[in-house]
Amino acid sequence: MQCPKCRGSMRTYERNGVHIEQCENCRGIFLDYGELETLTRMESQYHTPPAAPPAHGAPAHGAPAWGAPAPHYGGGHYGHRRKKDSFLGMLFSS
Amino acid sequence: MAGAYGGTGEPVTHPTRSDVVVVRRGEVVVKAHSVRDDPDLLRMRLRAANAPALTGLLLTSLDPEVRTVGDRAVTVWPTGVPVGRDDPDAAPWEEGARLLARLHAVPLTMMPPLPEAAGPARMARAVEAMPGHGAAQRTVRRAYAALPDPEPVPRLLTHGDWHLGQLVRRGDRWLLIDVDDLGTGDPAWDLARPAAWFAAGLLEPELWSRFLDSYLASGGPALDPADPWARLDLPARALTVQLAAVAIGHAEAEERELDEVEQSLIQSCGRIVGLRQG
Repeated sequence: MQCPKCRGSMRTYERNGVHIEQCENCRGIFLDYGELETLTRMESQYHTPPAAPPAHGAPAHGAPAWGAPAPHYGGGHYGHRRKKDSFLGMLFSS
Repeated sequence: MAGAYGGTGEPVTHPTRSDVVVVRRGEVVVKAHSVRDDPDLLRMRLRAANAPALTGLLLTSLDPEVRTVGDRAVTVWPTGVPVGRDDPDAAPWEEGARLLARLHAVPLTMMPPLPEAAGPARMARAVEAMPGHGAAQRTVRRAYAALPDPEPVPRLLTHGDWHLGQLVRRGDRWLLIDVDDLGTGDPAWDLARPAAWFAAGLLEPELWSRFLDSYLASGGPALDPADPWARLDLPARALTVQLAAVAIGHAEAEERELDEVEQSLIQSCGRIVGLRQG
């Protein structure tokens, strides 16, 4: 592809899923349809502080400073039988 | 006694804490409360449970009064279907959280007078009653001593002793049961037991999220949705101490070592002690 401005040859780059044609002669940049919007959106995300944790989905909401570092879930499919039974009892008693 | 309220068939005694007796006969459940419980406070709590504002949230008793049998205060209830005990994934975590969110949101002006919710007292009692002086007991006592003073928070209607055994199904709806610890207090204590399980690495994050998301989505007033642990942290520490103390009591009574699940609660207590020193 030729540069529409100086007729130099253009080279295609891909940055974060956006195709960018740049002229090797005048360094001018050519964007396909919709790509300017994509770049604008990416820029605004870059400047916005990270959103609050999502209201749904795990793991959300964090954990306390004293939380277990390597969880070993007694209630799920991971624990062996004795352990699972012990935790199940705890789920239902005061 | 259950027969007098229309219960039929063979009486069945339900397993429960040693100082409470629950007997079911057909459709009627009779509960003999702990001799430790103050009957006057129980009367206030039963009246509150039957208040119109709690219809559809807390099971309504068959008899609006507290009865006395021998030296025991007794209450009479309709039966419900408890949560199945074999599969925590299938438990109604969302429903439980929704019911707690709605309970906490009931304006106290719509309620008859209530005593303090008994969660904190229950925790202190568990530590006092913990037998023995081994390394595990030392860790639990130090974690208890390291608990910071509670921040003043708005007092709301609080169940006081929530776990999955405190839900029954009547028809197509789940309801809360057990008025023994009901009162006004910090409602975050009702969420603290699952929080303590999660923090000990016992409750899977997915189940914890189902519970917490449902509480927040239902507008539960105990927590700040942007930072749920701000209000949860202290009550979850307290419940960790309580669960560890009770676990040690069980192991001592059965003359056995602590199992892996119980050990993880003691380890949680150890990390709580470490926070204070670190």
